[in-house]
Amino acid sequence: MAAEQNKVDSLTGVSTTGHDWDGIHELNTPLPRWWLWLFYATIVWAIGYVIAYPALPLVSGFTKGVLGYASRDQIESDMAALNQLRGEKVAALAKTSPADIEKSAELQEIARAVGKAAFGNNCAPCHGQGGAGSKGFPNLVDDQWLWGGTLENIQQTITYGIRNENAESRQGNMPAFGKDGLLKKDEIPVVAAYVVSLSGRKPEGAADLAKGAKIFAENCAACHGEQGKGNPEVGAPNLTSNIWLYGGDQKTIEETVTNGRGGVMPAWNGRLDEATIKALTVYVHTLSGGK
Amino acid sequence: MSVWAKHQVFEKNSIILIIGILLVVAIGGLVEIAPLYYLKSTIETVQGVRPYTPLELAGRNIYVREGCYNCHSQMIRPLRDEVERYGHYSLAAESMYDHPFQWGSKRTGPDLARVGGKYSDEWQRAHLVNPRSVVPTSIMPGYPFLAQTKLDADHIAEDMRTQKLLGVPYSDDMIAKAGTDIVAQATLDDPGAADLAKRYPKALARDFDGNPGAITEMDALIAYLQMLGTLVDFKTYDRKANVR
Repeated sequence: MAAEQNKVDSLTGVSTTGHDWDGIHELNTPLPRWWLWLFYATIVWAIGYVIAYPALPLVSGFTKGVLGYASRDQIESDMAALNQLRGEKVAALAKTSPADIEKSAELQEIARAVGKAAFGNNCAPCHGQGGAGSKGFPNLVDDQWLWGGTLENIQQTITYGIRNENAESRQGNMPAFGKDGLLKKDEIPVVAAYVVSLSGRKPEGAADLAKGAKIFAENCAACHGEQGKGNPEVGAPNLTSNIWLYGGDQKTIEETVTNGRGGVMPAWNGRLDEATIKALTVYVHTLSGGK
Repeated sequence: MSVWAKHQVFEKNSIILIIGILLVVAIGGLVEIAPLYYLKSTIETVQGVRPYTPLELAGRNIYVREGCYNCHSQMIRPLRDEVERYGHYSLAAESMYDHPFQWGSKRTGPDLARVGGKYSDEWQRAHLVNPRSVVPTSIMPGYPFLAQTKLDADHIAEDMRTQKLLGVPYSDDMIAKAGTDIVAQATLDDPGAADLAKRYPKALARDFDGNPGAITEMDALIAYLQMLGTLVDFKTYDRKANVR
């Protein structure tokens, strides 16, 4: 058999394996050298890897490897490195009040940079990439604020949110005057016409503004104020500014009076850290309309 | 006789060859799979994880039905950029009651492992009906029909029994009350909500789709989305507790 294995095929000059099927011989073509060496190299690499990294399961644990690598340690050191990279200045944000951050040009610049990134990830889905909002999600770049536009107001709103499960969150609902029977069906178009007139526009159709004013004074003024200027304590919007969260045409106002409104904003104090919330406060405050 | 000649036993008998292959593959399986069932660090138990409520389970079924996993993963890897953006990295235990799991490997949209509570119900609603109404650059399709389709919960009890077979600890009580639990969770101030919270701690009960007249598929899907990643309190989580 050994002799057969060494038999050289006359056509190719390569020795055969000795396997012979009906006179057909199998050539024993050697593997390419580069392939063989790569193969050996992977074996050597695997041995090194098993020694260096967690690899083999044991009865009640696993080999930890001499490097002591664990992805959960890695992420902690990565996050620590990130905080290190951001340095003391960001740490200073956590210690400084938003008002003082805004006074310091340097801190304000850092806060706006941190705030912009956090805004893009967390706030932009509702309030829009530049803070322009959309229907039902307030615009943050105008100078009208539902819950107040001072730094303290904004920080409070971001930290605890609006109308959510958090006990500290801002509360205050617009009742469903129509649905819950607080106003009669025929009173709603009358008061809606009056609300339209509050922002200096002409209501559609024949409107009894005197009657509308009376209904408004009895039902709406408690929150929106006698003149309809709103009240940030309860999140009641100013109705005279002609800035509308849900739409200012008479039909939408009728819908609002009928069904009520109550936009919800999540609390962020569990999700974002103190420094990020302050940075966001300063960022939103400086977007344009801060008070 | 050389060792190669002995090998002829396998080459000339297909049954012996098959048994040999099975043995060799089984060794690989034993080394790679079996330890996952006994190593403490791979079967980490975490406080707070509970089975899905019937409404959340129905929402999850819609999530799977609509193929949300094709574009959204539910797995925050322990990498700096992911933890920065999405929050604490996902734990295996957080998907222990997922059959099948929704980890996914493709992110056309963002990861959803911790989307619960990140946006309001109203945003989820507006976004599911027409994503571009709130995110102008979104390429996600709209799912407006969810708000108009009444939730078909006829088979939820069977579904829970199947999940139970797969290892989810649903009690007979939970399965028997599945129907009333769905109503209790999807209705604002329902008297059954306290009972629901006893069976499923941290369950959010409210009118998720803003339409008190009907329990729709939108209710179920938003209830599911709003609880994703919210069960574990990471203030009390000790990552070293299960390492040895």
